[in-house]
Amino acid sequence: MGSDEAKALIDAWVGREGAGRDRLLPLLHNVQDAIGYIDDALVPAIAAALNLSRADIHGVLTFYHDYRRQPAGRHIVKLCRAESCQARGGAAIEAIAAERLGVAMGETRRDGQVTLEPVYCLGLCAIGPNAMVDGRPVARIDAAALDRIAIEIAA
Amino acid sequence: MTRVFISRDMASVALGADAVAHAFADAGCEVVRTGSRGLFSIEPLVEVETEGGRIGYGPVTPDDAARILGGNHPNRLGDVAALPFFAAQQRFTFARCGIVDPLSLADYAAHGGWTGLDIARAAEPQAVVDTLKASGLRGRGGAGFPTGIKWQTVLDAPGGTKYIVCNADEGDSGTFADRMLMEGDPFCLIEGMAIAAHAVGATHGYIYIRSEYPFAIQTMRDAIALSADRIAPFTLEVRAGAGAYVCGEETALLDSIEGKRGQVRAKPPLPALAGLFGKPTVINNVLSLAAVPFILAEGADAYAKVGFGRSRGTMPVQLAGDVRHGGLFEVGFGITLGELVNDIGGGTASGRPVRAVQVGGPLGAYFPPSKFDLPFDYEAFTAAGGLIGHAGITIFDDSVDMAHMARFAMEFCAVESCGKCTPCRIGSTRGVEIVDRIIAARETEPARAATNDGTLGKALYSRAPDRIDVSLEAQTTLLRDLCDTMKYGSLCALGGFTPYPVLSALDHFPEDFGAAAPVTEAAE
Repeated sequence: MGSDEAKALIDAWVGREGAGRDRLLPLLHNVQDAIGYIDDALVPAIAAALNLSRADIHGVLTFYHDYRRQPAGRHIVKLCRAESCQARGGAAIEAIAAERLGVAMGETRRDGQVTLEPVYCLGLCAIGPNAMVDGRPVARIDAAALDRIAIEIAA
Repeated sequence: MTRVFISRDMASVALGADAVAHAFADAGCEVVRTGSRGLFSIEPLVEVETEGGRIGYGPVTPDDAARILGGNHPNRLGDVAALPFFAAQQRFTFARCGIVDPLSLADYAAHGGWTGLDIARAAEPQAVVDTLKASGLRGRGGAGFPTGIKWQTVLDAPGGTKYIVCNADEGDSGTFADRMLMEGDPFCLIEGMAIAAHAVGATHGYIYIRSEYPFAIQTMRDAIALSADRIAPFTLEVRAGAGAYVCGEETALLDSIEGKRGQVRAKPPLPALAGLFGKPTVINNVLSLAAVPFILAEGADAYAKVGFGRSRGTMPVQLAGDVRHGGLFEVGFGITLGELVNDIGGGTASGRPVRAVQVGGPLGAYFPPSKFDLPFDYEAFTAAGGLIGHAGITIFDDSVDMAHMARFAMEFCAVESCGKCTPCRIGSTRGVEIVDRIIAARETEPARAATNDGTLGKALYSRAPDRIDVSLEAQTTLLRDLCDTMKYGSLCALGGFTPYPVLSALDHFPEDFGAAAPVTEAAE
């Protein structure tokens, strides 16, 4: 999406949903859902649309873990690192995931095919280790499950 | 046409419930997607409607459809509600969860829905608040503050605009009750919020749900749209979080709704007086608000007669981690930790002995089995150096390294700190470094006698790395000192409670920190 299109998207959203300060998080979610990430180049447009300072937008954008400032891979695998998944062997699975998917935790693979990210709890704590694969929850992750995920993300 | 009931809960879907539902639909069944009953060792669970009631089968795979419909399958459970795991529960808040179609207004009304709201709206706001006070309901988010008193403060607060905010930012590992309720019985939460709105004079409410719960966000949005007429003139909207654990802290959550960084506010002023957009605000956890319809419908006494000491009513306990029968177990306060872990949960899934349980999420204390006689009660847990929190119990077997868990507690605090106060922002990073030094030292240094030779001073005032006293004793002393600073100097529970898992690990499992094992273990 070009930057003019992105600005049109922002203006259209604000026209529909309002320009109050409290609209900032929903707007950022909307931009990210549409484009995949929130480019720093869009910060002035967002600031203008909501009548806030660019510093303010930058502060919010960098505070929340969900917002991306760079494009992610075509597939996103979020693997839970929290205590309940650790109790079920999550630390070992983290290492296997990095190896099978060919990317370190928190990184995007060089070919842009997959991003592996930590997540702190998906609320599936009795059936871990758990992951979200492109928004789909997967429980009881083991080496075989990671092989299936590796095939899925090759597509 | 045969009717079958299959959960659409995120946990069930993660275990393959969608494929099972497709298989039964292909086999010509009418598939009703419900919430989860709450026992994950039998998910995906299929319940087949028969003349003699629903017959459960679980766990099942898509290939099992034909045999189940033929009534011949080895995983036949019979009446699911009669299983010991469910028969032993007291389901006040979760009475409908797993049974009804979460988005069916007809189901909700048929199972006692809206009774509490109708009773509340026929009464004066003060009478509703009095009922809440009499019920003894305390904040289920973890702090345990009496809900009725919070509502009274908002009712008495001057000003025309007031808000109801539901804290559904359930970030604690080992907890999933909020998620299950929102996915399995969303109208119950909506009804509770509408009652709160009537009680304090609010017209608009927000449900702040963490982004890690996409199913709950969608279900709540659908349920709000369906029930808008029923709760009018009260209006509700869902706000999605953005992956910040600290937004579960109520004032950070309010700032996040306002479109700001989720940073903790100094109190006072209390949110009840100056909360969202500076207006008087009721901010309650999902489970607190979802308990309200029962209290109004059945009466305060029916709720208060269950419980233990000053902890009245029921608590939806969540059994998680390395547990054989994990899930949601709603029961009156007073049940012991050991009963929950061993009798209900059935011990570990790995089959190895239980070594530690963490109660209350990442900010809760670790307890060894020698503490399993603790009754589930706010005061008893506080006295034992822990907290109930959101009633999640994460079970670990004997392969756990408690020094690593202490390190993780500090690491998590460092990742999630909002950065506003120094003890949390910087202390957590220093904590990771100290535990790293302890882990390095315990490998090389045998446990040695205390020297008492000003080690804290040396460790504290050294600046050059080669002058830091990296001995176990000095670093352990330093870790305790740091925990003391974080506990008493932090602005909110994130920095203030991170010492709970660290110090409890250190106190109950010193052998993992290179010290001698506690002698008390032998006496039990």
